[in-house]
Amino acid sequence: MRDDLPGMKKAFPILGVLTAILLSYALYESLVAAPTEQTMGDVQRIFYYHVPSAWTAFILFFVNFGASVFYLIKRNPAADIVALVSAEVGVVFCTVVLVTGPIWARPVWGIWWTWDMRLTSTLVLWLIYVSYLFLRRFSSSGQTPALAAALAVLGALCVPFVYFSIWFFRTQHPQPVMGGGGSIDPRMLHVLLINWLAFSCFAFLVCWSRYRLESLQREVDQAHALESLMDLRGGA
Amino acid sequence: MRNGYLFAAYAATWIIHIVYLCTIVSRYSRVKREIADLKKPGVAS
Repeated sequence: MRDDLPGMKKAFPILGVLTAILLSYALYESLVAAPTEQTMGDVQRIFYYHVPSAWTAFILFFVNFGASVFYLIKRNPAADIVALVSAEVGVVFCTVVLVTGPIWARPVWGIWWTWDMRLTSTLVLWLIYVSYLFLRRFSSSGQTPALAAALAVLGALCVPFVYFSIWFFRTQHPQPVMGGGGSIDPRMLHVLLINWLAFSCFAFLVCWSRYRLESLQREVDQAHALESLMDLRGGA
Repeated sequence: MRNGYLFAAYAATWIIHIVYLCTIVSRYSRVKREIADLKKPGVAS
């Protein structure tokens, strides 16, 4: 079995500690340093977790898209692993978005959920990537990576639709913070970006661990297959 | 009460991440066990 590269082994704990410090600082900034919003009060601080989680999920879905296209062209197994890992971690971040959104909506809108275009399209996006993961998990056909890559390409088309849905449709969801004509206090923007950086570093580390796990799992599966083949030959 | 929603959102975020990290750790230990089994003498690796 292949062991870890020495550089990777050393870098991971250092990056892990730095990310933990960054996440703690981001938490302090969100709960203490950021100014309190006048109309919503403290509940607006949910935004510092909700929005960076959404951005991180979108980036991971785009990584999944790029890796899937690369896999379809080159049939590169590493690209297939990157696609799987980015979709899985992206679904985790998208789950955070779908959970924190209604928790914010209840005190602000008075309802947990509404079938508005942004919320519904985010739920559909989540379902597409969950179905992608189910396909990866439960299909053992040799064509599974290619089928999953094709599904990922279609799923990625949904990402810009989710982001721009609040421009094209009348929706209850607030306007985008950046590039959507909305305005934000510079101190709030600073806290938002710190949180995004912290969650992006965290997502990178989780993807790294998950990539290594998936590579090891595939090597173990290959070794088991080889073992079975040798048993068959020995028995014949 | 409004702070309760803030706490719930932050707690939910970290619960989701920690549960996912726990699944990764559990899968790691299973793979490590399988690797140890494969490395035993007389087993192909």
